Amino acid sequence: MVKKIKNLKEFSLSNDRFEGANLMCPGCAHNIIVREVLNATDDPIIVATATGCLEVCTAVYPKTSWDVSWLHIGFENAAVAAATISAAYEVMKKKGKLPPATQKMVDEGREPKIVAFAGDGGTYDIGFQSLSGAFERGHNFMYVCLDNEVYANTGGQRSSSTPIGASTTTSPAGSVSYGEKMMKKSMVEIMADHGAPYVAQVSPSKWKDLVKKVQKGFEVNGPVYINAQSACTTEWKHAPEDTIEVSDLGVDSCVWPLYEIINERDEHGIIYSTKLNITYRPKKKIPVEEYLAAQPRFRHLFKPENRHIIDLWQKAVDARWEYLQKREEAGV
Amino acid sequence: MAKKYELNEVEVWDGNMAAAHALRQADIDIVAAYPITPSTPIVQNYSKFLADGYVDGEFIMVESEHSAMSGCVAASAAGVRAATATSSQGFALMVEVLYQASGMRLPIVLTVVNRALAAPLNVNGDHSDMYLGRDAGWINLCSYNPQEAYDLTLMAFRIGEDLNVRLPVMVHQDGFICSHTAQNVRPLQDEEAREFVGEFKPVNSMLDVANPVTHGVQTEEDWHFEHKARQHNDLMNSMKTINEVFAEFKDRTGREYTPVYTYKMDDADVAIFALGTTVESARIAADQMRQKGIKAGVVSLRVLRPFPFKEVQEVLSNVKAVATLDRSAPGGTFGMLFNEISAALLAGGKKPVVLNYIYGLGGRDTTINMLKEVYEDLDKCAKAGEAVVPLQQFLGLRGPKLSFY
Repeated sequence: MVKKIKNLKEFSLSNDRFEGANLMCPGCAHNIIVREVLNATDDPIIVATATGCLEVCTAVYPKTSWDVSWLHIGFENAAVAAATISAAYEVMKKKGKLPPATQKMVDEGREPKIVAFAGDGGTYDIGFQSLSGAFERGHNFMYVCLDNEVYANTGGQRSSSTPIGASTTTSPAGSVSYGEKMMKKSMVEIMADHGAPYVAQVSPSKWKDLVKKVQKGFEVNGPVYINAQSACTTEWKHAPEDTIEVSDLGVDSCVWPLYEIINERDEHGIIYSTKLNITYRPKKKIPVEEYLAAQPRFRHLFKPENRHIIDLWQKAVDARWEYLQKREEAGV
Repeated sequence: MAKKYELNEVEVWDGNMAAAHALRQADIDIVAAYPITPSTPIVQNYSKFLADGYVDGEFIMVESEHSAMSGCVAASAAGVRAATATSSQGFALMVEVLYQASGMRLPIVLTVVNRALAAPLNVNGDHSDMYLGRDAGWINLCSYNPQEAYDLTLMAFRIGEDLNVRLPVMVHQDGFICSHTAQNVRPLQDEEAREFVGEFKPVNSMLDVANPVTHGVQTEEDWHFEHKARQHNDLMNSMKTINEVFAEFKDRTGREYTPVYTYKMDDADVAIFALGTTVESARIAADQMRQKGIKAGVVSLRVLRPFPFKEVQEVLSNVKAVATLDRSAPGGTFGMLFNEISAALLAGGKKPVVLNYIYGLGGRDTTINMLKEVYEDLDKCAKAGEAVVPLQQFLGLRGPKLSFY
């Protein structure tokens, strides 16, 4: 059942099923994203979470921040956890053995939504095999990557989501290094290429766009991947109160473009159409330099010997934006 | 509703088929599995049962054993019955999640077809995987033949799911010698087996959306110790339930299981203590030794965890020499059975000679003659009243003899 949301005030007063009283850093975007995802529906939600900041900060015995059924197993298996909960739900529905309260919800057309949350370490790296397998098998669940481009929970090590030039604790900038050497992995396209019916990239600062995409994801049948930009005050090293501003700089510079990829399938599951839609176009595309300048993890790039990395960044972002627009125009 | 599988009073099944039928009859909701020799036929057989309408639940062919056990954990937390099968490297890949399954008190059943661990790569039977997982907080049941693999797999669900236990259960059988050797098996009919196993009783089901529950929490120095102590306490106390289930199974089938298995131990002076199919060979060796006037017996464990400490003490209370046979590379010390049996004897104030034999690694045959040599060693030690052979020897090893201690 799609929830009607009129405005931010009403949305922010939604009945929270994720408690704000948790141990996350002040200004952490994870909190904002999780609330936005959970508040996008009034249907029952079941959550699986990978090891990471979200997990260690929200379920410290004997307390829990979750007013939904919640499971954490390990770092690399949030996808298979959510996928198998989904399979277990389908089996019990088929057998007519769902718990009575759940059956009642289903009868009212309010099927539980099964959501996995994981960071980029748990998604791009160690959890990738489990994620790929679960998407290939086509389970009905949503996977949300809280992408802060670093192993924040273990103290800021690089992941395959860390962008070029970022200084992390395992790719530190130094007298002979500009920091991380590799470009960020293209996770959204990789997941779309699994044939998932719906894949999207979101930012917590564009809440309406995020909620709309999550609601679309809840309506399709099959695995859904949401890549969420999650500004990390601790590792991006911006002030806690600047989280939304930094997020906006990412979106408005097209470093973090907001778009969706829809794979439409026929009744046999054969994809007959792939569409990429850009869902937000900055009125004025700002230079990447402004996004980088707002985050001390890139401070060293502004030294004369590293300026070429900023030029490289701009080129890469422009090329990618061009690519996305071409795909959108071509309807592929 | 799943079709009834018509079974003969006596079927000819290998250990894998026996385990697969037990899983089928247990009415499992989710089997998440990945193939690995020699346990592969369990999941193949099971998926064929599903394809032919004999299974109501779901079979999920995942992309790794890590995901297989993770899927079982998630399904069990979701409040449904879950099981899987594996061997060797697959078992090793599962190890992280084995600890999560037991720590979260989820009654998953894992049928393990024991196989060597690489390197060197080897597909044949030994107990390296069993030894790798023995401290993972699971109940460990050991079988020697297809009948026992079948019986213990059915009983595993009853034991693990008991509300006083709520722990995962492994059922071990030897790779190839048990898993691929067809023997007579007397199965229960489907309705009898279902009645024995019973309906799954969900506890803190994640699917009950009216009662949200948090599974898999963080604990640090403030609570972790209490959780692990409670888990150990309940694993130790599970022996009561194990004995009750064994007794009920005997009432239904006439087949008797006890935590410690014995053969001709009433008057034995010397004993072989082993696990798995070797127990059956040792029985024949013991009989042959008795013809030569040596009072030989055999001891084994049906229940490796919880370790039946008292029963082991009692069974060995009058022996003069015992050989502990470990089918796993000991990695720089004595084998596990030597250590645990010696500890039990010492704590019971007994000091028979205890020898350790490493045998059968990577599927090396262990013949009745080799076991008779062990009895000869034991006899020498028993008569001398002390160890007159090295404490640790390798049985069936080619080349120069290897011994330690």
